[in-house]
Amino acid sequence: MSTTFDPIQRINDGFEQFKINEFNKDPDYYRQLAQKQQPKFLMFACSDSRVSPTNILNLRPGEAFMARNIANLVPVSNKERYSDIGAIIEYAVETLNVEVILVIGHSRCGGIERLLALPDDETSYDFLDDWVSVAEPAKQRVIAENPDASGEELQTLVEKASVLDSLKNLLSYPYVQSGIEANTLQLLGGYYDFVRGNFQILETVTV
Amino acid sequence: MAQLSLGSSPIYKAKFARSTIFDPKLKFLEIEQTQLGFWNSSKKDIFLRLQTSMVPSGLNPRDIYRSNMALRLQASTEGVALVQETTETTPKLINDSSDSFTEMKNRFLSFKKHKYLENLERYQELAQAQAPKFLVISCADSRVCPSYILGFQPGEAFVVRNVANLVPPFENGPCETNAALEFSVTTLEVENILVTGHSCCGGIRALMSMEDEENSSSFIKNWVVVGKAAKSSTKATASNLSFDQQCKHCEKESINNSLLNLLTYPWVEERVAKGLLSLHGGYYNFVDCTYEKWTLDYQKSNPKQETGGYAIKNREFWS
Repeated sequence: MSTTFDPIQRINDGFEQFKINEFNKDPDYYRQLAQKQQPKFLMFACSDSRVSPTNILNLRPGEAFMARNIANLVPVSNKERYSDIGAIIEYAVETLNVEVILVIGHSRCGGIERLLALPDDETSYDFLDDWVSVAEPAKQRVIAENPDASGEELQTLVEKASVLDSLKNLLSYPYVQSGIEANTLQLLGGYYDFVRGNFQILETVTV
Repeated sequence: MAQLSLGSSPIYKAKFARSTIFDPKLKFLEIEQTQLGFWNSSKKDIFLRLQTSMVPSGLNPRDIYRSNMALRLQASTEGVALVQETTETTPKLINDSSDSFTEMKNRFLSFKKHKYLENLERYQELAQAQAPKFLVISCADSRVCPSYILGFQPGEAFVVRNVANLVPPFENGPCETNAALEFSVTTLEVENILVTGHSCCGGIRALMSMEDEENSSSFIKNWVVVGKAAKSSTKATASNLSFDQQCKHCEKESINNSLLNLLTYPWVEERVAKGLLSLHGGYYNFVDCTYEKWTLDYQKSNPKQETGGYAIKNREFWS
C-alpha cells in the first residue's frame, strides 16, 4: 500500500472544497434540493474512474439520477437476475419522472475489453464475466458485420454497439416503453472518447 | 403513435438516428452511421457532413427536424453545415431533445476547454491506464455524486452507483455491484473501498416501509431487501424513534451492513487481512451539509459471528 497517499485527507479536502465553494454559495438551491430531487436525467455511465458524467458534462447536484456499472450496461428486464438495474430504472421513471435516459459509453472500456478476451482467457472472474456477458449480443453482431476488424477498432465498434443495445433493452421495461409512447420520456445513447477528447451522440429514441 | 416491440424486425415507427460530434477543433467531418441488424431494414447508412466554424458554438442544433429515415440540421448563421436533405414527411420539432443536446454540448465543450485541454498531459496519461486509489459505492440519488461532494477528479475513483448504495453478500450471486467490486479489487487493485450513504434516502425508506414479503412485482423491493439485516437491527434498537429517525438510523446501519457484506468476498477479506485494502463508511447529510466517516477495524471485528460483530475506528465528523 502506498505510504504517501492519505485517503481520508483526500476526501476531507474534497468535501471541504465542495462545502465552501458550492454548498455555502447557494444555500437556497441546496435547501430546495434537500426537500426533493427532480432530476431531468437518468444516466447510465461506466464505473471507470475517467468518465464521471459529473466531470465531463459539468453536472450539478440534482440534475441526474446516476447509475454507474461496468461498461454502462442495461440488461433486458429480469426481476430475479437484475433487480439492481430494474430498481434504478423503476425509481427514476416512476417516482422521479425523469424526462431523458442517457446511456454513455466510452473509449478503452475495461469491461468491453474483458468481454472481447472471453472465452479464451485462462483466468476467470466469476462476477465480472457474468456481468459483461450482457453485451455478448453486441459483440457477436459486430464481429459478424466486421470480420476484419480487430484490436482497438473492434473494441470501439463493440463499445458503441453495446450502447445501442442498452437503449433497445431499456424498452423491455414496461414503464420505459409507456413513457416513450406517451412522449414523456426519450432515450439517448452517447459515447465519450477520452483519447481524442470528443463526445458523440450515437442514437436517440423518441415517440 | 409509436409502434414499439422487441426483436429484429423493424420496430420503431418514429425514431431517428443521428451522429453528432462535439469537438471545437472540427473542421470537416464525415460520419458513417453504422447499420445495425435490428433497426428498420430499409434504413440506409446516413452520411452527415459537418463543417463547423472555429467558433465553439458552430454547431447549432437548435431546430431539429425528424423524418422517418434521415435528419436535417439547420445550420447556424456563423457556421456552414452541409446537410443531408430530408425526405418528404412533415417534420416535428423536438423541443426537449434539442435543448438537451445544446446544453450537453455546451457543458462538454466547457469541460474540454477548461479541464481536458488545460491538463492534457494528465488526460493523455489517463487514456493509457487508470489507477484509482478508491472504489466508491454510492447511491444513484442525483444529489450525492461523489465526484461533486468529495471532489473526485478523473482517475481517482472507480465508482458504482445503485439504489441505496447497497452491497449484496457473496452468496447472492453475480450482479453489477459485485462485478465492479471484483474488477476494482483484483485487477485495478484499489487500496480503499468507501461505501457512502446519505440522508433522506428513498431506497432505505422503501426498505423500511415494505412489508416482509418475499416476492414482489416491484424491482425496488426486490433490490432493497439486500439491506434487510440493517432494517432488522434498526427495528431492534430504534423502534422507539419516529419513522424518519428510524430511516436515518437504517441509512447508517445499512452502510455497516454493506461493509460486512464486502468481507464475504474472499478476495476482499484476504486483502483487508493483509492490510492492502481498507474499508470505509461515509454518510453525507445534505440537509445540513455534513459528512461523517469511519473505517472498519478489521482486526477487532468478528463478522463471521452470528451477531455479525464489527468494530470501527477513526470516526470523524466534518461540518
